Amino acid sequence: MTYAAPGAPPVGSVNPGLAAETARLINRIGTLCWVEMRKIRHDRTELYTRAIQPALWLLIYGEVFTRVHAIPTPAGIPYLAYLAPGIMAQSALFIAIFYGIQIIWERDAGVLTKLMVTPTPRSALITGKAFASSVRSLIQGVVVIIIAALLGVSFTDNPLRLIAALAILALGSAFFSCLSMTLAGVVVARDRLMGIGQAITMPLFFSSSALYPTKIMPGWLQVISRINPLTYEVEALRGLLIGTQTTLWLDVVVLVGATVLAITCAALLLPRLANR
Amino acid sequence: MTVIAPTMTQAVDCVDLSYQFATHLAVDHVNLSIAPGEMYGLLGPNGAGKTTTIRMITTLLIPATGSVSVFGINAAVHPMRVRRVIGYVPQALSADANLTGVENVELFARLFDVPRRSRKARVAEALEAMGLTEAANRLAGTYSGGMVRRLELAQSLISAPRLLVLDEPTVGLDPIARGVVWEYITKLRAEHDMTVLMTTHYMDEADAYCDRISLMHRGKIRVTGSPASLRAGLGEDATLDDVFRHYTGDTLDEAQEEGGIRDVRRARRTARRLG
Repeated sequence: MTYAAPGAPPVGSVNPGLAAETARLINRIGTLCWVEMRKIRHDRTELYTRAIQPALWLLIYGEVFTRVHAIPTPAGIPYLAYLAPGIMAQSALFIAIFYGIQIIWERDAGVLTKLMVTPTPRSALITGKAFASSVRSLIQGVVVIIIAALLGVSFTDNPLRLIAALAILALGSAFFSCLSMTLAGVVVARDRLMGIGQAITMPLFFSSSALYPTKIMPGWLQVISRINPLTYEVEALRGLLIGTQTTLWLDVVVLVGATVLAITCAALLLPRLANR
Repeated sequence: MTVIAPTMTQAVDCVDLSYQFATHLAVDHVNLSIAPGEMYGLLGPNGAGKTTTIRMITTLLIPATGSVSVFGINAAVHPMRVRRVIGYVPQALSADANLTGVENVELFARLFDVPRRSRKARVAEALEAMGLTEAANRLAGTYSGGMVRRLELAQSLISAPRLLVLDEPTVGLDPIARGVVWEYITKLRAEHDMTVLMTTHYMDEADAYCDRISLMHRGKIRVTGSPASLRAGLGEDATLDDVFRHYTGDTLDEAQEEGGIRDVRRARRTARRLG
């Protein structure tokens, strides 16, 4: 006797090859991004409130430091233009680093266990959630681009570079949300994760090249900056958006590698989180 | 595809099942089988190991010893295949309050790979079957407790499961909402020939709706049988409550892994959200 639920894919699901696995992964990422977009549609307040902080960074901090010429920028690039990609990455980081709180909330509400009883491998679930968090970051990225443009920053006019920059932003956001989900799997309590999130965002931000170039940092900070994935994200964004010098392939390799590692860790810790 | 022996494949077959949390043996060498089409209740006090058993059957936990098969499919070897035949409604209210009824069900249609062309119709059908058509486009956050439970049933229905697993389906609901939820579960079962495995604390529900129940206490199954035969075994006027007391004793465990404060808090939270 054989049975297949109506709508369940036939033989392919029994022994899925690489193609079937990939198709499923893409489907799950698409599905979880769709959920995020629906939620944003139902409640847009967060989009507006989240726009305030990057606006302040650009409008106040950026305008002031452009005037004092305290921070050396590559020739011909005003500080505000140099800063804008950094603020883009920062505001995406601030969203992603607290994403683990949502997954703990989903655990408490029983949503997580229910998702885990669907035919979705743990790693696909984490990857889907990671890119769902990127949806908000991308909207944030576009908001920063618009604010910066209004302040007179001229970004690249090549649409392909713009798209590549948004892809980098999505990737960076996926990494930091997986880092957050990994921490969620370790600490398993919302308030503890909140504390850890707050404790690490500023060090990640200040030790990256978001505000100032790595070369003006003291030696020890340069070392930290070099192992901070946010630096690679910022450098790639800068290279693509305002044309500064960067080794783009290295930035991409570091971000992809870090993301894959973080997805693996978060997926391994997921059962620990779910069964608490 | 799945090769199932032609004679009597059980819907659920647990053999020598154990699970250990740190030093506490939550499930202690349990044997349990559920026949296809049966409505089976797993009863017991907090901390008895019911939820842990359900988590092993639904592939959420890997057993320390023994094995679980669902319709002949080994859960440890083929978790993805087992998940395709299971519909699961956890104890907590798990519908997403920030999505509408339609979106909540569509999410599960997508996760169970319901093809795009039939998705919309199937989602509408599932909502209609649960009497939620009118509320379908409202946010689930505006639903009453009973409606949320029905929405969750619609979610679990979308994959046409052969086994429906319900963890305390009516916890925290008022008597009228409980009645309505049971009406729908009974209807589902009749229409789709589903096997149902559920846990409950309400003895009256177990008595009224289950074909067979097992009483679990301290990780072990103490007794299994039809509610009527268990009652009869204790004397003429015995109720299922008496049966429960007889097999679990009055010495309920204090703060064990499952029945500890976290569990109670979770149940309270669910009850609160159900209003």
